This record gives sequence, C-alpha cells and structure tokens, in this order.
Amino acid sequence: MPRPYTPKVVTASDLLEGDVIYLTATDNWTRHLAEAELIEDEAHAQLRLLLAESQPNRVVGAYLAEVKPGPHGPEPTHFREAFRATGPSNYAHGKQTGL
Amino acid sequence: MYSYSDFDRAFLAERNAQFRAQVDRRLKGHLTEDEFKPLRLMNGVYLQLHAYMLRVAIPYGTLNAAQMRQLALLAEKWDKGYGHFTTRQNIQYNWPKLPDIPDMLDALGEVGLHAIQTSGNTIRNTTADHFAGAAADEIADPRPLAELIRQWSTDHPEFQFLGRKFKIAITGSPADRAVTAAHDIGLRIVEKDGELGLKVLVGGGLGRTPMIGQVLRDFLPRADLLPYLEAALSTYNLLGRRDNKYKARIKITVHENGIEEIRRLVEARFLETRAEFSGEDQRLLGQIETHFAPPAFRGGNTEAYDTAYAADPVFRAWADTNLAAHRRADHTIVSISLKTPGQTPGDATAEQMRAMAELAERYGYDELRISHEQNVILPHVHKSDLPQLHATLKQHGLATANIGLISDIIACPGMDYCALATARSIPIAQEIATRFEELKLEHDIGPMKIKISGCINACGHHHVGHIGILGLDRAGVENYQITLGGDAGPDAVIGSRAGPGFPAEEIVPAIERLVRAYLDLREDPGESFLSTYRRLGDTPFKSALYDAADRTKAA
Repeated sequence: MPRPYTPKVVTASDLLEGDVIYLTATDNWTRHLAEAELIEDEAHAQLRLLLAESQPNRVVGAYLAEVKPGPHGPEPTHFREAFRATGPSNYAHGKQTGL
Repeated sequence: MYSYSDFDRAFLAERNAQFRAQVDRRLKGHLTEDEFKPLRLMNGVYLQLHAYMLRVAIPYGTLNAAQMRQLALLAEKWDKGYGHFTTRQNIQYNWPKLPDIPDMLDALGEVGLHAIQTSGNTIRNTTADHFAGAAADEIADPRPLAELIRQWSTDHPEFQFLGRKFKIAITGSPADRAVTAAHDIGLRIVEKDGELGLKVLVGGGLGRTPMIGQVLRDFLPRADLLPYLEAALSTYNLLGRRDNKYKARIKITVHENGIEEIRRLVEARFLETRAEFSGEDQRLLGQIETHFAPPAFRGGNTEAYDTAYAADPVFRAWADTNLAAHRRADHTIVSISLKTPGQTPGDATAEQMRAMAELAERYGYDELRISHEQNVILPHVHKSDLPQLHATLKQHGLATANIGLISDIIACPGMDYCALATARSIPIAQEIATRFEELKLEHDIGPMKIKISGCINACGHHHVGHIGILGLDRAGVENYQITLGGDAGPDAVIGSRAGPGFPAEEIVPAIERLVRAYLDLREDPGESFLSTYRRLGDTPFKSALYDAADRTKAA
C-alpha cells in the first residue's frame, strides 16, 4: 500500500515585501498560514505549485511545505515553518504582530 | 578616515543608478528572479526567512558620526528602527522592502557607504582590528592598506566571478583582534630590520570544514601587497574547484594542493603581476595615508577619571572591562557593549546609533569602529571625559560592563532571520547572558568567549569560541552541539566537539555545568577558562557535561 500523502501548502516570499505568503484555495495569496489551502493530494499539489510558479511577478521561491490539519486551518509540522508563519523570536516584528 | 573623491562619488552614483534600473526591471517583470538574484546579491540584497535583508559594508569597521547617523536614518525610515552589526563588520537591515532599497543605497552613498560586494562570489568587505590606529600594542595602522584593498577589489573585473566568496582580514597588532587566521587571506603587519611588511596567511576559514590559515609568505614588503594579492587571487581563481560549492573555498584549494605548491604558483604569478603594477598603487596609498593621520589629540590631566574611578563602583566596573590601552597614556579605547543581557547581540536601535554618533563627536574625534565581536568602539577618548561619557551611555542602555566576559556573546542571526540557518542562535545567547546575570558570576568567571552559530556555515565563529555552540536540526528539533577550547587570537585554535548535542531547553544548564566545573577546577581566580582547559584537557569538562547527576535526560 502506498504511504499516505503528507499534507502540504504552497508557500513563497512576496516579491515586493519579501515576507511569507501562502496560496489559498481561491487562487489568492494570504499572509496567514491558517488561511492557506490544505493540499492532501500529490498530483493536485504539483498543479498548485505550477500555478504559483507561473506568477514570477508576484512571488519568489515557491515551494510545498509540510503541514498538518488543525482546528483553524493548516499548522506547521517543522519549527522552520513555524517561525516563517509567526516571525522572529527576539522581537514581535513579524507576522506575530497581526496574529 | 578616508573621504570619497569625486571619482568615488561618481562611481557609486552610477552603480546605484544601475541597481535602481535593475530593481525596476524586476518589478516590471522584464527580469526573472534567476536573472535578478545575482544582481541583487552583488549589491548586498538577500531574500531571507521573513523579508529582504540589506547588508551594508562598514569598511574595516570604521565609521564617522555622520555615517552612523545615516545608518540610524535607514533603520528608522526603511526598517523597523534598528540594525544588526555582524561578525564581518557589516550592518544588516532585516526588514527592507525591495522597491525601497535603491533609495536606501542612495542615502548610504551620500555619506560614502555602500553595499557592494557584501555578498556573492567576490572579495568581500576587508575586515580589520577594531582598535586600529589606537591600540598601544600596534605596529602600524592597518586601515590605509585595507582601504587600498577596498579600492582595488571593488568591481575588480577579474574577481567578480570567483569560485566562491573571498574574505580578507588585516591586523597591525601582534595581538590579532581580527581573527586573521580564519580568513581566506589573513594579513599581519610585521617589522623586519626596521622595515614594515606583511605576514601573509592563506586558507583559513570556519564553516563546514574549519581550517587555520597557513603562512604563505613570512615577510612581504608593504609595496608588494596588491600585486601579491592579485597573484594569490588569480592562482585561486584558476585552480579552485567549481564542481562542488562545498569544496570551492581557497582553504580546500590549499588543503588539496598543499601549501608548497600554492606558494610556488603564487610566487610564479607574482613575478608577472608585480611587473604589471606601475607604482600607481603606491601613489594612491600615499594619498590614502593622508586620510588616516591621527587626530590632534588633546592634552590635559586625567584627574576626573581617577576621582570617578575611586568613588563610583559602577563606573569602576565598567572601566575595568570596557576600556583598552591606547597608544597615548592620557587616552583610552572605549568599547560600547551591544550585549546587554537579554538583548539581541549586535543590535542597536536608531536612537542608540544617534547617541553613539553624538558621543563620538563630543568625546571621540568623530571616530567609531564596529568590532567583529558585534560591539561599537570609540577608539580615542581622553580619560577625563570618561565619567560624562559613561553617564550618557547609561541613559541609552549602552553602559553594560561585560566586554570579554561570558555575556559578551557572538551570535549570528540564526533561524530567527537567516534562510540558511538550521536552528536559532539569538534566544540561546539571550538565555545564557540572562542566566549568568542572575547568578552574578560573570566577573568571577573572567575572560570567556562564547560564540554561537545557527548552522554549519559558522558566521557566529563557534569553532574559535572558548565555548562554541552550533545549532542544528536533529529530526525536526533544534539541537545544540558544544565545542571546547577554541581560540580566535594570534595562535588560533579550532575547538573540539565535546560530544552529542543538547536540545534547546538543556543547553543553558549544560553551559552552567561547564562553567561551574571550571570554577572548581581552576588553580586560582587568575587562571582563565581557556588556560584551565588547556592544562587539564577535555575530560573533566566532558564529565561535567555528560556525567552530571542533575542531568535530566540523555541527548
């Protein structure tokens, strides 16, 4: 039996501000991980990544990040993605100011 | 200090205009990211974890007050009100927006600063002893040579596409406060038979394959510096590997070919390059040297200092740790600590930058330095001005008395900012400093250099820390390895790994056990941690780390 697919989100950096953004199910970009589209199918994930990569004037360095489903939307599984979703730990200068 | 000529100003304005046009083309979609990335890197612009980052060179660590004020302006106008001073005498802004960066570069250009070659596979900012031109133990001020290297290496057509980045450091003092042995090329000013020259080290570096530089030339006449550097660089440019990024630094070239072969090739090439230099470089050096004439030191007695030293224990504690011997007895070198326990090492707010600029103007002959240890230096202060200077520093949260002590920690930005990091550095530094502040043991412990890197690239110099800490990702959890016995001084030593790493919540207790073991083991309070370690070896320290009864769980 094939291994179950680990859920993903499409994430990238915003071209203008350089901050972390996520692709939503409605083809928009959000700054909040919880609003990102939770992708549970590998083929669909590749299509969503292609969509992101087709927007070089909006996003930089799009990739698929592992997440897990949570009560309010996708949640990070790795600490790097947790920091990207919230911001640095020494100052509340990142996304944590708006969370 | 060096002030720009019309040529310099025109060059920088043109370069900034080029970059403005490149950003514009990127924003309009005329350049892809793959096309734009090398262009932005050549101008110091990275894309990091949360935002773009602009790295500005502070050439050989020297600034004047107007430049420091401009750094404050950038922090306030285009960033979040602060800047981060790095181990390579640069300042990094963590939050600029791409469309603003051309304006930031123009603002820097107004005061003779730039971000050129602070990234990319080029010759980077040449770093120098932060006490240059002031230290009592100095043979000669290395900064005129550093400025000559800056002018020669900036936009040097042959060295814009090296196999990998190339870092040069220079010291004019045998004490070597510039970690020259951990650079691609390290230069040490030496004197032989009354003549000044340079001892040239090659192939040092930290990173994933740490190596101490080897002597390429025992004594190079000063006038031969540029042709010799050109020979060394062009030898590396041809011979250095380009098949593997991790084998591309000159330290690997030296390691694989042997120092004798490298020396043979460099000396052969040097015969050619020396013939190509017409002497114009020496004429230029002569001009540059006039910019580095020492200030007109004022005289006067130092009674005010003696009185405050006797009367005020807080002033005395600060004076004992933060002052260094100046070449004039009535002056001193002041280190301003950017390491207040609990704060981010190397960060200064715009307000603090302005305060330091003001102090430099009022008491410091308009000179400031940035140290690779992420502190700010006022290199020339008359001792009688110290009580007032200290009082002003206190008002701005800049009077921490901890230079060279356990809370004076080098830490790279780590995973709080850096896209390459594998773990965080800043919170570990904050926690260690805060813990030893609580214990009130710092002054008893004495000289101690803790250096923390958040990945194997070792920007935090962990290999040459008396205690080094390396943050790694172990199966999705931050994990911290300890190295012991490193030394960044003239006889630099790479520290040895103590053993398995510790999870984040165990690293501070581990450091505390290590330090308490040292306090028990030292022969007397005058024996430093490093001396004790060298006398006893690592066994008792490993035991403190791994055998202690109060250890909660194995790593």
